[in-house]
Amino acid sequence: MSEVAAPVAATDAYVREILDAAIAQARRARLDRRTFFKVAGLAGAGLVLAFHVGERNVAYAKDGAGAFAPNAFLRISPDGTILIYSKAPEIGQGIKTALPLIVAEELDADWSHVRVEQAPIDPAIYGRQSAGGSRSIPTAWDQLRKAGASARAMLVAAAAKEWNVDTSECRTANSVVYHDASNRKLTYAELASKAAALPVPDEKTLKLKERKDYKLLGTRVSGVDNHAIVTGQAVFGIDHVVPNMRYAVFEKCPAVGGKVAEANLDEIRRMPGVVDAFIVAGTGQAHEVRAGVAIIASSTWAALTAKRALKVKWDESDASKDSWSKAVAQARELAKQEGAEILKTAGDYDRALASGKVVEAFYSYPFVAHAPMEPQNCTAWFHDGGIELWAPTQTPEAGLNAVARVLGLPPEKVTVHQLRAGGGFGRRLINDFMCEAAVIAKQAGVPIKLVWTREDDMRHDFYRVGGFHSFKGVVDASGKLIAWGDHFITFTADGKNPTSGGGLSPDEFPAQLVPNVRVTQTKLPLKVPTGPWRAPGSCALAFAIQSFIHECAVAANRDHLEFLLEILGEPRWLQPGNEFALNTGRAATVIKLAAEKAGWGKPLPKGRGLGLAFHFSHAGHFAEVAEVSVDANKKLRVHKVTVAGDIGPIINLSGAENQVEGSVIDGFSTAMGLELDIENGRVAQTNFDRYPLLRIAHAPEVEVHFIQSDFPPTGVGEPALPPVAPAICNAIYNAIGHRVRTLPLTREGFTLA
Amino acid sequence: MRLNVNGRDYLVNDVDGSTPLLWVLRDHLGLRGTKYGCGIAQCGACTVHLNGEPVRSCTLPVSAAVGKQVTTIEGLAGPDGTLHVLQKAWIEHDVSQCGYCQAGQLMSAAALLKSKPRPTDADIDAAMAGNLCRCGTYLRIRKAIHAAARELNEETTS
Ligand code: FES
Ligand code: FES
Repeated sequence: MSEVAAPVAATDAYVREILDAAIAQARRARLDRRTFFKVAGLAGAGLVLAFHVGERNVAYAKDGAGAFAPNAFLRISPDGTILIYSKAPEIGQGIKTALPLIVAEELDADWSHVRVEQAPIDPAIYGRQSAGGSRSIPTAWDQLRKAGASARAMLVAAAAKEWNVDTSECRTANSVVYHDASNRKLTYAELASKAAALPVPDEKTLKLKERKDYKLLGTRVSGVDNHAIVTGQAVFGIDHVVPNMRYAVFEKCPAVGGKVAEANLDEIRRMPGVVDAFIVAGTGQAHEVRAGVAIIASSTWAALTAKRALKVKWDESDASKDSWSKAVAQARELAKQEGAEILKTAGDYDRALASGKVVEAFYSYPFVAHAPMEPQNCTAWFHDGGIELWAPTQTPEAGLNAVARVLGLPPEKVTVHQLRAGGGFGRRLINDFMCEAAVIAKQAGVPIKLVWTREDDMRHDFYRVGGFHSFKGVVDASGKLIAWGDHFITFTADGKNPTSGGGLSPDEFPAQLVPNVRVTQTKLPLKVPTGPWRAPGSCALAFAIQSFIHECAVAANRDHLEFLLEILGEPRWLQPGNEFALNTGRAATVIKLAAEKAGWGKPLPKGRGLGLAFHFSHAGHFAEVAEVSVDANKKLRVHKVTVAGDIGPIINLSGAENQVEGSVIDGFSTAMGLELDIENGRVAQTNFDRYPLLRIAHAPEVEVHFIQSDFPPTGVGEPALPPVAPAICNAIYNAIGHRVRTLPLTREGFTLA
Repeated sequence: MRLNVNGRDYLVNDVDGSTPLLWVLRDHLGLRGTKYGCGIAQCGACTVHLNGEPVRSCTLPVSAAVGKQVTTIEGLAGPDGTLHVLQKAWIEHDVSQCGYCQAGQLMSAAALLKSKPRPTDADIDAAMAGNLCRCGTYLRIRKAIHAAARELNEETTS
């Protein structure tokens, strides 16, 4: 068997060396957050520059090999190569291209000179290093712009010194500094070692570019790992190998909370290729280590074959008995009244109920799984009193701490190597697979690669929680929405708070925009673990809320577009001073744009309809119009979804469009046919044969329009998803007059045309 | 047992003939570009060519590959590294998101272009029906296949 050391190792060694020195220096100097400083002779090689660029961020340089490494994000070599480190996990959101583009823009780098590597996991140096909540871009925006700008300033200073001119007479473009007056130029390659010898500029003197001057940002750039991906060379978590590695599988109770009563371990140990089999007690926490049986084998197939032969008697005394069908029945009963818990009241709701036309409806949406294409996996090696893990995680730092806690090790004894993840969607925010691998590796005494089967992945997910809404809306004689009532029925794991992903903010749209409001809540008990799923909360709420708003518009005999714009009212921030909050003006702009581009109001044949929906989440304003046809047998075709979004300036237009296209397909796929039947604590759908992700023939056309604004940027992995389902359902109503109140659509008799 | 993969002969020992080809490629030959997604021939992540035909290697016993030519994603480009027109089109159209399904997508698409150098949308729907993309890159996959087909046809007519 051929085993190749991962290319990350070399990078780690280089960066770790300079970063260790920087941390030591930073501690000694007790730096102010914004201080730049310069130290000589650290780590025994040449000049070292270190500085903070933003929160908790020590950046670094040394000219040991004539390279210019002004901070922990980039290194310019005398051969002209610009190496940029991407600090966040790549899970398919394109961050490994987007973050370096921000640095390269301010650096005025020639993108063809740029090589990108995954940065080592060290939040003390890089700050936030997780991928979730569409927050990688907004939290890194200033930090990376300054990293690029300060390096550029040093290169300019080096050139100016060389020419004996003022820096203000110099300009930069495509990795070159120019002095136009004397018609001279020097490349970044030529300047690299000279720049390394100069002082780091004061951050306050840095001038960041204006959007109109961007050359890279906002253009379409092909992903930096595309060549590796199309040639099969990209290393995903599941592809990592270490010398003498064994393969591990882990069988857990299909109902969470089940423990191993007995298992045919002796029989399993005698199977071909099996190295060991043992019971893992677990920590009692699903997000750490569940109880189960680990099998270690010499190949994946030997391990999988043994797993199939494994017979476990589960002790299910504390296990989940959750039942989705019972929850549905309970919710239907509860929906007849308001909830006991009041989330929000405004105006005189009861009076409003008596002063207009009351619209009532009950909505429900199911539990769904993340099902990233790459099942959970992690490689772990316990050696020298510590543990090293190679993980396709969204939250390496949290994973590191979780492993330290579970193994009872100080965090310094845990090293996490970030690997590319074959999809995240929120599943990999939780690092149970890392904790499992750690515990199994420690007991196995050899490096192991833990691989979950698809069935494991579907059975032991932290699901998108299902939920129910009993709505009341009141429209007055003028057709205005004057009251909004929602009895939200959700689930709780601890008896106090809604389960992860199952909360409803009292200010959820449109509660802040309607004069009379009553939002109440009831929580049903739940043991099945839940978690964030692409646009948590919003991914489900938008369906119910934006569909019901359309119902109210229909009841008021109003055009949906006009009705929605009226609810938004005057352009304003709903939380003044918070640029990441909903702005009704930005909302109205995207709504109008989506409607205009989709031909809102155009004549359509019978059975064909346009549907509109808006949703604000993750600082992104998105409006979408779906165009669908439905025949007499409820065969549904989604022809096209037109999307208008405002996420501030666009970093990589191709990447952003790809995320929106994917969000539309994910939104439709999930709304169309995905649901989990949970009975006796077990999910029935454990592989793609019963969990029908959308296939290519049914992917609708997607047209994307971005408002490029100067508001701070936000990520676009999530906010385009929530409006998809309600836009489609509203279009179905406009096509055939059938109101969809239950997802998935297959539950209401729809099939794909 | 003897296997021919990407034009190279491999001698594989200690592997039962019933082992799916996927795991022999990944664990024994170190060819990890071919991916595991479902293990039941539902997702297409494990697609390789057997004598030029697309097969799901997660359910194909390795014994069935003996005496035949296996091509994996690592063998799609020319021996000198020249990319297949589809690989070029995939980069050009920035198809991938997470990229995990793309080896399988490319292998299915390559088999399609071999049998139908000018595929229609319906041909693409049929040939690519077995390949899931959880990230939803289908629109770009379609565009890239059409672009690659155009390029191929230009090459052959010019
Ligand atoms: S892994 Fe073979 S089809 Fe899914
Ligand atoms: S690109 Fe992620 S599954 Fe296709």
